[in-house]
Amino acid sequence: MTDKKASPLHQHSIHESGYRHTTGEAIYVDDIPTNRHALVGLIFVSPIAKGKLTKLSVDQAKQAEGIRAVLTAKDIPGINDIAPVAHDEPLLAESEVQCVGQHLALIVGNSLKHCRNAAKLIEIEYREEKPVLTIEQAIAQDSYLTPPHIIRRGDIDKTLADAKHVLKGKVSTGGQDHFYLESQAALAIPDEQGTLHIHSSTQHPSEVQAKIGEVLGIPRERIVVETRRMGGGFGGKETQAAPVAALAALGAIVTKCPVKVWFNRDQDMTQTGKRHPFYSEYEVAFSDEGMIEGLKVKTFADGGWSCDLSQAILDRCLFHLDNSYYIPSLEFTGRVAKTNLVSNTAFRGFGGPQGVVVIEEVINRIGQTLNLDSTLVRQRNFYGDAPRNIAPYGQVIEDCRLQRIFEELMKSSSYTERQNDIQKFNDESSWVKRGIAFQPVKFGISFTHSVLNQAGALVLIYSDGSIQLNHGGTEMGQGLHTKMLTICAHEFGVSKDRIRLMDTATDKVPNTSATAASSGSDLNGQAVREACKTLKARLRKVASKMLAVDTSHAHEISFVNNQAKAPNGNAVEFSDLVQTAYNSQVSLSATGYYATPDIFYDRDKGAGKPFHYFAYGGAVLEVEVNGLTGEYKLKRVDILHDVGDSLVPSIDRGQVEGAFIQGFGWLSCEEMVWSDSGHLKTYSPDTYKIPAFSDAPEAFHVQLLERAPQHNVIHGSKAVGEPPFMLGIGIIAALRKAIAGFNSSSAFDTELKIPCTAESVLRSIERVRE
Amino acid sequence: MEKIEFTVNGQVVCTDQVSPNTTLLQFLRNELDQTGTKEGCAEGDCGACTVAILDAEKKSYRAINSCLVLLPMVHGKEVVTVEGLQDPDGYHPVQDSLVEELGSQCGYCTPGIIMSMFEACYRNDLDEDWKLNDQMCGNLCRCTGYRPILDATKKIAGLQPTDRFANRLEEAPVRSGVINYSHLGERYIAPARLDKLWDILENESEAQIISGGTDLSLLITKKFQTLPFLVSLESIDELRFFRDQDNFVEMGSTLTLSELEESIAPLVPAVGRMLRFFGARQIKNRATLGGNLCTASPIGDLPPILIALGAEAVILSRAGERAIPLEDFFVDYRKTALKKGEILGKIRFPKPGKNSRVIAYKVSKRQELDISTVSAGLFVELSEHNTINTARFCFGGMAATPKRAANVEKAVLGKVWNQDTVSAAVEELEQDFKPLSDHRGSAWYRTTVAKNLLRAFQLESNETSPDALPVRPVATVQIGGLS
Repeated sequence: MTDKKASPLHQHSIHESGYRHTTGEAIYVDDIPTNRHALVGLIFVSPIAKGKLTKLSVDQAKQAEGIRAVLTAKDIPGINDIAPVAHDEPLLAESEVQCVGQHLALIVGNSLKHCRNAAKLIEIEYREEKPVLTIEQAIAQDSYLTPPHIIRRGDIDKTLADAKHVLKGKVSTGGQDHFYLESQAALAIPDEQGTLHIHSSTQHPSEVQAKIGEVLGIPRERIVVETRRMGGGFGGKETQAAPVAALAALGAIVTKCPVKVWFNRDQDMTQTGKRHPFYSEYEVAFSDEGMIEGLKVKTFADGGWSCDLSQAILDRCLFHLDNSYYIPSLEFTGRVAKTNLVSNTAFRGFGGPQGVVVIEEVINRIGQTLNLDSTLVRQRNFYGDAPRNIAPYGQVIEDCRLQRIFEELMKSSSYTERQNDIQKFNDESSWVKRGIAFQPVKFGISFTHSVLNQAGALVLIYSDGSIQLNHGGTEMGQGLHTKMLTICAHEFGVSKDRIRLMDTATDKVPNTSATAASSGSDLNGQAVREACKTLKARLRKVASKMLAVDTSHAHEISFVNNQAKAPNGNAVEFSDLVQTAYNSQVSLSATGYYATPDIFYDRDKGAGKPFHYFAYGGAVLEVEVNGLTGEYKLKRVDILHDVGDSLVPSIDRGQVEGAFIQGFGWLSCEEMVWSDSGHLKTYSPDTYKIPAFSDAPEAFHVQLLERAPQHNVIHGSKAVGEPPFMLGIGIIAALRKAIAGFNSSSAFDTELKIPCTAESVLRSIERVRE
Repeated sequence: MEKIEFTVNGQVVCTDQVSPNTTLLQFLRNELDQTGTKEGCAEGDCGACTVAILDAEKKSYRAINSCLVLLPMVHGKEVVTVEGLQDPDGYHPVQDSLVEELGSQCGYCTPGIIMSMFEACYRNDLDEDWKLNDQMCGNLCRCTGYRPILDATKKIAGLQPTDRFANRLEEAPVRSGVINYSHLGERYIAPARLDKLWDILENESEAQIISGGTDLSLLITKKFQTLPFLVSLESIDELRFFRDQDNFVEMGSTLTLSELEESIAPLVPAVGRMLRFFGARQIKNRATLGGNLCTASPIGDLPPILIALGAEAVILSRAGERAIPLEDFFVDYRKTALKKGEILGKIRFPKPGKNSRVIAYKVSKRQELDISTVSAGLFVELSEHNTINTARFCFGGMAATPKRAANVEKAVLGKVWNQDTVSAAVEELEQDFKPLSDHRGSAWYRTTVAKNLLRAFQLESNETSPDALPVRPVATVQIGGLS
C-alpha cells in the first residue's frame, strides 16, 4: 500500500498542463514563434478520385510573387514513400492519382495568401478513371489491400446446420473524422550540416523522424523530432502527421528556411484518413435461452487508397468480434478493401469498435427474436470459468471482471426498477418512448504487432535536486504526462513541482513506438519507473553513508516527503542527497526500458496470445426518443469501468467520459457523406457534427471499479484510452428498445441504420408503426 | 486617414496597417503574437477562437467568435482574451474552476471555453440549467465529453466577482464604432446615421452591406475572397431598437440575436424557442435580425416563425420606407426584394391574439450549433367554436426560400382544430413542397418531419395554452407523456 499523504499515486490530480491551457500559455505547433525567414507550405492536391496525371506544370507558380519553391515528386531526394508499413503511399503523387485530396505538390512561400495565389498557376491535366468508392464496389471488383485473415474454432457450418435458431444479417458502420481541435501541423527548422529540428503534432515522433530520413535520404541522427503536446490525437496523428512533417522538412531543406505546414479545418478533413467504415455479414446459431452456439462473420474494412495501418486495424476488429462473449464455434474472416477515398487510419479503438458493433447487433436481434431483454442475453453469454474462458484466437481470459461489473452496475443504476418505470412510461406515452440497455466491453491491451510493445525513458537529476523527466510517450490531452509525473514523484518521494516533464523528443528517447493502443502509460510508466529505480539504487548507496546505514541495508532506505529516510529514523533532504551524490562523482542520469513479456500472434494460424491483459467495463444507457422527428436524448448513463488501480483517478474518469461520448457520437450524429465523385461533402463542423454540450447525458454517473489491481502492470493500473469508447455502442441497443416501444406486438425484428441519425431512427419508427 | 483603435486586455492597439478583411483572430495571432486564442474551424462552428468584448451599453461581456469578426468591427471596443484573465496574484475564478474540474484535456478548445465561461461569470441571468448549455454550446470539445466543463461552468456562472473586470463594466464609456477605414484600396465604412449611409449607397456602386458579419465573413475565411468595400450598419442607432407596442412588436434590423432573445422570449415564447437553438451564444452576440433575413437562406431560422406571425418587412431608402409582407421579401434562393439603395430597416408583427396558437420548431442533425434540416413557424387563429379562421404554416429547408404550405393551410381553414383535421390536411404538404435530399437529410425525412411537426403543433398547443407555453426554449417537440 502506498502512503496516501506521501505519494501522489492513486490520488486525484489536476492535469499537469491545466493552468497553461486555461491561460493561453500552452504552446501548440502553430503557436511557436518563428524568425523572420520563416515560410509556410501549402499542399496542392488532386481534384479527382482516380486517374493518370498527364501534366503537372509548376513553372508559372514558381515565378509567382512571394513564392520560394514549388516541389513535386521529382524534387524528393530520397524515397518517395510515406507509408508506415507497406510501401504504397507516395508522399507526392507521380503519375497515378488515387483519391481526392492526394498530395501532388508543395508550394512554399512567404504567406498562405501567396501560396494560394500560386496554386492557381499550377497547370494540371489528367485522364480520369472510374473510382471505387464503396466497400460493395470494391468487393465486386475484387479490389483489396490485404489477403484474408481468418480465425476459426470448431465446425461452424455444422453448428449452424444443427442449430434451433439461426439469424443472418448485415451490419455497416460508417467512418468518423477525428476532429481533434488542433489540425495537423509541423514546423521544420533547418540547422547546420543539413540537420533538421522538427516540431510535429504527432503521436509518433520516431516514425516522423524515420520517414523524413527516408524521404530526404539522410540518416535519422540528422533529424530531431519534438512534440510538446497535441491538441487532440485520437489516433489521427499516429501516421497522418508524417506527410505534413515530411513536406515541411522537404521545404526546409530546399529553401534553407524554417517551413511550417499547417492544415486548416477543411484541408484536414479532406486530406487525412478517418476511422475505417466496415461492412459485415453474419450468421449466428443460438439456443432458446439466447446462448450463442456459433457465429460466422465475414467482414470488410474500407482501407481507402493505401494500406496505412489497415491490416492491424482489421486484425483488431477480428479480435473483438467476440467482445465480452464466449462463442463456442466460430469463423471470422476479414479483409481490407481498397477504394479511392482517403487512406483510413487509426482511431481510438483501432477496429475494435467496428468488431464489437457486429456482435452487439447480433445480440440485439437475438433478444428481439426471442423476446428476451438483450441485457439478459448479454450477461448469459459472458466469458466465465473454463471452458468458457478461451478467446477465439486461443488466449486464456484470466481474471474476467464482467460478471462483477454487471452485478455492481445493475444495482448502482437501479436497472430493474427503471426498466419497469420505462415500461409504464411507454404504455402511457404514444409519441415519446424510452429505452434502457446495458453495454459491456472487454478490450485487449497491447499492440497486436508484438514488437511495438517497448518503451524508454530518460531521467536527469540536477545537483540542486530538480529533475527532468523524458519518456517516449506523447501528450495529446489524455493525461499521460500527469501520470508519468505521478510515477516519478512517487519513486523519488518528491513533490511534483520539482519535476519538469520534458517535450517528447527523438534525441532523448530513440526508437519509440507510437503513443497508441491505450498503452502509453503501461509501457512508458514502466520505463520511467525503471530509470528511477536505477537512480535510486545509486542514491541509496550515497545515502547509506549519510544516514549511517550499512550498505547491505541500503535497500531499506525509502524516498518520501522530499527526503531519503532510513529505518533508523535518520533522514536527509533529497536535494542534499543529490548534491552529495554529485560531489561523490555519482552519475545522476539514467535511462529506463521496458518490453511487455510473453505476447505473440501468428496471423496465418489465427492463434496466439496477442494481449498482455484485458480491460473491462459496463454502461447502462437510457434514451428518450421523439416519435415525430426521430430525435433522441440520453437521459441517463451509468458507467462502471475497470482501470485496475487507477494511477490518477481524476484523469481516468476524464478518459472514460470523453471516450464514451466519442463512441456515442460515432454511432449517432457523426455522419460522413461522400459525393459520387469521391469528394467529402461533410468537410467542416458546419456539416460534420460531433457531439455538442446538450448531447452529453442529462445525468452521467461514472465510477471506476474499486479494489481491482492488475497483476504485472505499472502499480496495478490498466489502460484506459480506448476501452470505454465501446461503451457508447450501447446507444444502438437502447434505441432499439425505445423504437420497439412504438410497436404493439412485442417480438419483432427491424433494421436500424448506423449512424443512428434522427432520420435513421425515424425510418425505423415508421417501419415499426406499420 | 482613420485608424482602427481598440484595446486588448487593457492595452491600446492602434493600426492602419492591415486589410479591413483581416479578422480579429488573425490580428491577435499574427500581429500581436497573442497565440492563446486558437483557430479551430474559421467558420464560427467550434468556438476555439472565442474572445470577449465589453458591451458598455448593457454593461456586460459578450463572448464572440474572433474568427468571424473583421478588425474594423472592434473599433472603439475593449477586447478581453484568454491571456488577459490572470492577475499577478492569482488566476481568474473561471480558470481555477476549469482546472479543478479537469475541464481541459488537450487544451486546444480551452481558451475558447474559458472565454465563454468568462461571459457566464459576469452574467446575472443564468438561473436555469438549460441556460448554461445555451451559454456554452458554441464551444466544441472533442476530449472531455463536456461533463467536467459543465460542472466547472455551474460553479462560476453568475458569480460576478468584484474584480477589475467588474469595475471595468461600470467604468467603461460607450464609444462609437463609427469609422471610415481604408488600406491599399480596401475600404470599410461604419457610418453613424442613415443619411450618411444613403450618400454612400448612392455614390459607391461597389459597396456591400455588412452588419454582424457572421455569414458574410465566411467568404473571407473559408473562400479566401476579398470584400473590397464594406459598409457596416452596426453604428446606426436608428436601426437598433426593440419596441413592444400595444398590438404589435417592432424590431430594428441590427438588433443582435442575443438582444432580440432577451426582449422577445418573454413576450412571444415561440420566437424564444427558436432562438435557443438558433446558434452559438458567440454567433447570437454578433449576428443580427436583419442579417439573418437578408442572407435569404432557405434554412434561416427566423423567417418561418416571423412569417407565421404575419410579420412585415419595413424597407428603408433615402426616398422613405415601404412595407411588404415578410414572405414576399424572399424572392428566390438567397435573393431578397431589396432594390439598389434599399436596406431592411425593421420587422413588425402583430401580437398573437387570445385565440391564436403559435409555435416554432427546428429539427437538425444535432440540436445545438447546427443548421436546420427542417424548421417551421406555425400559426392558427381559432374561432369561438374551435374552428380555424387563419392558418399560416411556414417552413424552412423545404424549398429554395422560406415558404408557406398553401395547400395545407387551405385544407384546414374552417375545420375544427383537432388531430383528425391536421392528419388529413398534412397529406397536402406533398403538393406544397418538393424538398431536396442532401447531407442534412433526405427528401423523405424532410417531408415526413414537416408533416409530423404540424401534428406536433396541434398536439402540443392542445396540451398547452398559448399563454402557458413555457418560456423555456425548446426547439423541438415537447409532448412527453401525451397519449
